[in-house]
Amino acid sequence: MSTHPILAALRRHKAGVVLIALQIALTLAIVCNAIFIIGQRIDRVNRPTGIDEANLFVVSQQWVGTQESDGPGAIEKIDSLVRADIDTLRRMPGVESVAPANSMPLLNSSHTNGITLTPEQKTPTLTATIFEGDDKLINTLGVQLTAGRAFTAADVQPQGFHNDNVTPSVIVSQAAAEKLFPGQSAIGKMIYSDGKGTTIIGVVKLLESSMVNTFGENSDYYTIIEPVRVDGDTSRYVVKTRQGQQAAAMAAARDALFAVNPQRVIDADRGVRSFAEIRHDAYRSDRGMAILMAVVCLIMLCVTAAGIVGLTSFWVGQRHRQIGVRRALGARKIDILHYFQIENLMIAGGGVVVGVVLAVGLNLWLMSQYEMPRMPVMYVLIGMVALLALGQAAVFVPARRASRVSPIEATRAV
Amino acid sequence: MFSYYLELALRSLKRSPGLTLLMVLAIGFGVSASMTTYSVFRAVSGDPIPWKSSQLFVPQIDMWGPTGRSADGEPPNALDYIDAVALMRDHRAKLQSASYRVAPTVQVPGSGRHPVSVSGHAVYSEFFPMLDVPFAYGSGWAVDADTNQAAIVVISGELNRKMFNGQNSVGKMLEIAGKDYQIVGVLGKWDPQPRFYDVVDTGGFDTNSDDVFIPFTRAIAMGMSNAGNLSCNNNPAEASFAGLQRSTCIWIEYMAELDDAAAVQKYREYLNGYALTQKSAGRFNWAPNNRLRDIPQFLDDQHVVPSDTKVSLMVALGLLIVCLVNTVGLLLAKFLRRSSEIGVRRALGAPQAAIYAQFLTEAGIVGLAGGVVGLVLTGVGVFSVGLVLPKDIAALAHINFSLLLLTLVVAVVSAVLAGLYPTFRASRVQPAWQLKSN
Repeated sequence: MSTHPILAALRRHKAGVVLIALQIALTLAIVCNAIFIIGQRIDRVNRPTGIDEANLFVVSQQWVGTQESDGPGAIEKIDSLVRADIDTLRRMPGVESVAPANSMPLLNSSHTNGITLTPEQKTPTLTATIFEGDDKLINTLGVQLTAGRAFTAADVQPQGFHNDNVTPSVIVSQAAAEKLFPGQSAIGKMIYSDGKGTTIIGVVKLLESSMVNTFGENSDYYTIIEPVRVDGDTSRYVVKTRQGQQAAAMAAARDALFAVNPQRVIDADRGVRSFAEIRHDAYRSDRGMAILMAVVCLIMLCVTAAGIVGLTSFWVGQRHRQIGVRRALGARKIDILHYFQIENLMIAGGGVVVGVVLAVGLNLWLMSQYEMPRMPVMYVLIGMVALLALGQAAVFVPARRASRVSPIEATRAV
Repeated sequence: MFSYYLELALRSLKRSPGLTLLMVLAIGFGVSASMTTYSVFRAVSGDPIPWKSSQLFVPQIDMWGPTGRSADGEPPNALDYIDAVALMRDHRAKLQSASYRVAPTVQVPGSGRHPVSVSGHAVYSEFFPMLDVPFAYGSGWAVDADTNQAAIVVISGELNRKMFNGQNSVGKMLEIAGKDYQIVGVLGKWDPQPRFYDVVDTGGFDTNSDDVFIPFTRAIAMGMSNAGNLSCNNNPAEASFAGLQRSTCIWIEYMAELDDAAAVQKYREYLNGYALTQKSAGRFNWAPNNRLRDIPQFLDDQHVVPSDTKVSLMVALGLLIVCLVNTVGLLLAKFLRRSSEIGVRRALGAPQAAIYAQFLTEAGIVGLAGGVVGLVLTGVGVFSVGLVLPKDIAALAHINFSLLLLTLVVAVVSAVLAGLYPTFRASRVQPAWQLKSN
């Protein structure tokens, strides 16, 4: 079919054509960027933590009447309380493994240190999240040791919360090891924090840091585990249960701890939390943003499709007589159908071209304002195809109605 | 005349219910998406103390030097103990207070009830008058209580409800972290968001209420640990809370009230002089790099409004624009279909202004209907963001009269704007042409 008559007809209602094209262009620009944002957020939520997340829960509690700053002997006193707690939790039915920990992946409570390769180095090679726990922590978390050895009970030191002395040995994540010693084995190497040295004795495959949502940047998996039992005003225990026993153990943990020592506060809401809940909270804003963007996209696509249906229906109504004439002169139904489909394709095509420019522009602007990464071309291509398809789908109903106009219309006065 | 246009408009809208419904829904969705995201934006970008925010300043001192600055040369956003206490001692502002976050356990002595963990702040006496903190009972404390490290406490109305059933508890005792404190004041409703006096620890927003305020000097004397953020450029030499106080680790917030430009200028000079003194004393070996920002500037500098919130608002406004373009197209189609009617009216003597009035009335009615749909959808939207957004932010987004009014106004104004071009086209219909072609 020649496009000439279509173009000639389009020229007769320029404003309508421009409006549909503009609407498609804007929709493409916004939907591409919104879907890009959704994609980023989904990627983030799906990042692995490196730990065995099933059957894991965390108890956070605060001592009453015992403070780290109470003076000499305070740390020793707290340490005995902590060890009693660990012992109590380990003896609970259904519990497989327990370890004290200052924090854990996704918990949003972090302790970070700048790590250097020499004691004199001024700018740290990397900033690592420091996890402190005893020799059972790696097993409890289910982290995979890929090189070197795990901590033994002899490595573990009790330390106050404000004590930031490095331990003689640490275990680092693979990502940190590669950044610190590219292409070499990190085992046996010294690293420094604030001029104080420690030896890397083991490397774990993957371990997510505890803050994952700082200014929308992804963490880089730089994590270090120190063999320290933290004895501060608060304490935290990671508990691994046997399959199917988690709920029961979570319910019983509070009472068991109170039975051994009532001088404590375990918050009713946040004192005992499953890892699933911690994960849910950590990514809440990402999920929220993705849902919001998805809803806006959906509404926008529906409005645009409905707009195309509305305007095309109007045009069909307006051109009833001309369609009748064409039919009377021998045009088949399919020709009329194609006429409207091609017309829409041309309008949408124009809109899509403008839309690509707008989409890229919007992405560049977001990059400059909100530290957004560059949008891969794939998103724009998919967006183009999607909008052209949307246009075709929307135009089908009015176009089919047009194709059913009887040739007899030609003989009727308006 | 208006009622006549109203009647014409309603009749016209009824003639093509599908098209009308489409326009109303488009405007309704567009407006409600914008209003929903705006309700969140409004909540997080608000001024927490509008009558005074430009007189409250946050001083920043560069105690870390070049190695501790951010990429753009900014000094740390909080103070270490040494500098905070020195600034308090010099007392150069009209009112000022250093503060740090504490999270002690509290219980009513002899009540037999189990202690609970609360969040609170260690502050100086001037904290309360400086921030215009409202009291339900009692008051803050006098300067000598700071000096004497008095064992007194101001509690929140919330904690007072929980512990004392909302009765006047001034004079009663409260056990905080195992020690007895006498209650001197109970706050009224006070939950400023953003939490401008402690942006560093909260990131701006906090769903927990701040339940206890105790004298800073007392908290330090009792070794009450900092429960907020702690950042160190160099780790403390001694491993204890006392060691922390001798380190350059930052964990203390600071605020000063400066009432006019001259006072601000004087305070800037004072900070500069302070940094120079520290330099000559050998503590800093770099040029002064201080900042003195008022609350709005500090909140902006700390990026208190999440970029997600801004991007959402922008995308939602984009949706509104798409909906409006859609409405322009549909109104155009609708108006031009009535060319013959316009022709007749014009031929019978109606001026262009009458055509404008008629069609803009019609657009306005579409907008109003869209606004009503938008009201309902905004209600659904604000409720829904509460389910999906982070709790501290979602808790702030709420519907009030001004939001509802704004929804209606935006809907009507945008529909009338959308109707301008179609109306212009309609007003230019040539009567002769229309009459002839019929």
